[in-house]
Amino acid sequence: MSIAPGSTGPEWDVPAVTRTHLVRYAGASGDLNPMHHDDSIAQTVGYPSVFAHGMFTAGVLSTYLTRWLGTGSLRTYRVRFKTQVWPGDVLTCSAQVTGVSEVDGEEVVEVEAQVCRQDGSVAVQGWATAVPSAGGAA
Amino acid sequence: MANKAAIGTVLGTVTFPVERGKISEMAQAVLADDPAYFDPDTPGGILAPPTFLQTLAWWEPPGGPEFPDLDIDFLRVMHGEQEFDYLAPIHAGDVLTATSSVADIYDKTNSRGETLWFLVFENSFVNQDGTEVARSRMVLIETPSPS
Repeated sequence: MSIAPGSTGPEWDVPAVTRTHLVRYAGASGDLNPMHHDDSIAQTVGYPSVFAHGMFTAGVLSTYLTRWLGTGSLRTYRVRFKTQVWPGDVLTCSAQVTGVSEVDGEEVVEVEAQVCRQDGSVAVQGWATAVPSAGGAA
Repeated sequence: MANKAAIGTVLGTVTFPVERGKISEMAQAVLADDPAYFDPDTPGGILAPPTFLQTLAWWEPPGGPEFPDLDIDFLRVMHGEQEFDYLAPIHAGDVLTATSSVADIYDKTNSRGETLWFLVFENSFVNQDGTEVARSRMVLIETPSPS
């Protein structure tokens, strides 16, 4: 795969977030914070409902990146959590190539990516480096 | 407030197996369907997806690792950032040893003149061959006291 600086990844629309997504992520990750699965506790502290684990949304973004750049192509991945994601939200993943360099004969691609909610707000901002041809590690 | 003297503290070490079932659970939870995460015939073995290392939580003592005296109000703490360095592939059947430490503690002042404390926790993951396969960093932010 050859990816030029400035090129963009194909947008990926994720099915609307459900409580089942959050329960599945809780079980997979071991993050059993009740804010992500118990509406009554979330409402006790002032939230309208449960909301997604930041790492659920970040995990979906990593799936998007590896679908585009290749499974096992990532060398680094960093995310910043910006806005909460709620059940019913429809998320869109997108990404831009910010740099391409050759390191030890391998093409290393730097990308900036984001998960946006239906109102356009950014839920998670991400940065990754990947080696689409030779493979990275995750 | 936070206790900067805790910087450098090693919080603990956990050794855990990389299980095929946990890889499958994490892959499905983050909407990944690549056969590399599920098919035992994958060259090199079933691959762990990028956020698999979060499953370390299942292997930590109940309630999480024992924290030193950080002087932090965890009720006001948010997950701000998460970062991974992938140094070598992780496969089902590997055995990883994770070492957690307090990498940094610093403060910033926001536009309202309030102090936010940033706590950076780092994990190093070493496999059964002694190869460091990944590092992760978690940035927690203690938000200002409600006034």
